[in-house]
Amino acid sequence: MGFEVLLKGNNFIRLLGGLGVALYISLISVAISIVFGIILGALMSLKNPVINAFSRVYLEIVRIMPQMVLLFIVYFGATKVLGINLSAEVSAVIVFSFWGIAEMSDLVRGALSGIDRIQYESSMALGMNTMQTYIHVIIPQIIRRLIPLSINLITRMIKTTSLVMMIGIVEVLKVGQQIIEANRKSSPNAAFGVFATIFLLYFLACYPISVLSKYLEKKWEN
Amino acid sequence: MEEILKINNLSKKFNDIVVLDNLSLSVKKGEVVVIVGPSGCGKSTFLRCINGLEDIDEGEVLLDGEKVSRNKKNLSKTRERIGMVFQSYDLFPHKNILQNITLAPIKVKKRKKADAEEEALKLLDRVGLLSKKDSYPRQLSGGQKQRVAIIRALIMHPEVLLLDEITAALDPEMVREVLDVVLSLAKEGRTMLIVTHEMAFARAVADRLIFLEGGKIVEEGSPAEFFDNPKTERLKSFLQTFSYE
Repeated sequence: MGFEVLLKGNNFIRLLGGLGVALYISLISVAISIVFGIILGALMSLKNPVINAFSRVYLEIVRIMPQMVLLFIVYFGATKVLGINLSAEVSAVIVFSFWGIAEMSDLVRGALSGIDRIQYESSMALGMNTMQTYIHVIIPQIIRRLIPLSINLITRMIKTTSLVMMIGIVEVLKVGQQIIEANRKSSPNAAFGVFATIFLLYFLACYPISVLSKYLEKKWEN
Repeated sequence: MEEILKINNLSKKFNDIVVLDNLSLSVKKGEVVVIVGPSGCGKSTFLRCINGLEDIDEGEVLLDGEKVSRNKKNLSKTRERIGMVFQSYDLFPHKNILQNITLAPIKVKKRKKADAEEEALKLLDRVGLLSKKDSYPRQLSGGQKQRVAIIRALIMHPEVLLLDEITAALDPEMVREVLDVVLSLAKEGRTMLIVTHEMAFARAVADRLIFLEGGKIVEEGSPAEFFDNPKTERLKSFLQTFSYE
């Protein structure tokens, strides 16, 4: 079946290392996306025409452009045009953050606008000041709406890191290919075993996050 | 009886449309004033101006003889003294019933949790909802939610309670249970300003009625005068819309 190649030498460890690279890039990007996405989403809800025009163009660009094209533009383009020598990892983090911030800000904007004005008013009518209103009433509701949605975004970002091998980052998929290539003669079926294992690794990385999201969604149904 | 709330020459515009036009009103301690009028007459805006949810363009609001300042910090203080219940959907969905009621006393009045909870449970018992203390708002009917909203305002011990069409979004059979609570509050001498479309209730609960139209007080009087012997044609025709003779 081709699984035996994984027991040769430290092949399996290498594969895990590749997964580590993928997770590392996605988690840094996710962290950046959450922080700046929340800031941009909050700014967008101010309904300032300049910010809104900017964010609409930004969101459209991100939606239209395939991530791979963005990766190529940043990694190959920046070096040629701007003369900045970005490492593949930094390019990947830039592109994934660029994407994540856009999606996150849209989620934040949606969560904010979904909160009825009466929630602010009834809270203030009870004598709470703006700070108390946000801390006890508004932000908890935003977080409840946001977490299931942003977890979905996180799993999508983890999956999409498989693209970074296109700019030479040796992540899990690339390691898999290398193992298959190296063992072409001794284990011709390696492709199945290796890719099935990679499938399982991605599943193990993403499934717990997805379960957590379902759990929180149920818990916060109220 | 002493005067608790006084509104002098209040005016309010929304983009050049006059909503409240030089409105003055004085409310005595323990008095129940019911405001009726056609939709868009400024009833709700009037209540919202009193506790500062809307800015006012001209005029002043005096609470217990003191002018209500419009800066943020003082407004929070004032709002502790003027309770308000809205049409609907104002319970906090992420908190259970007991937490909904005790949030403001704990955070704003800095009361001890146990102490606030004890009072909340008493109030819940009074409106027949003690068994719902651990439920979430979505598990309650509209009438039950409004009863909770009323005691959430009561636990702040407000000097004046503003009720803004609190039964307007309810199914007819739930209106009664909410209005019964309000009637019992009136009986124990609470000062209230009530906006409602329930004329039978208005008659039963009011010490004084006000008919508001075009941002002005068109007529005011005791329930008997107001309903049985309206002086202005406008009030007569308004009251007729509620009868089917």
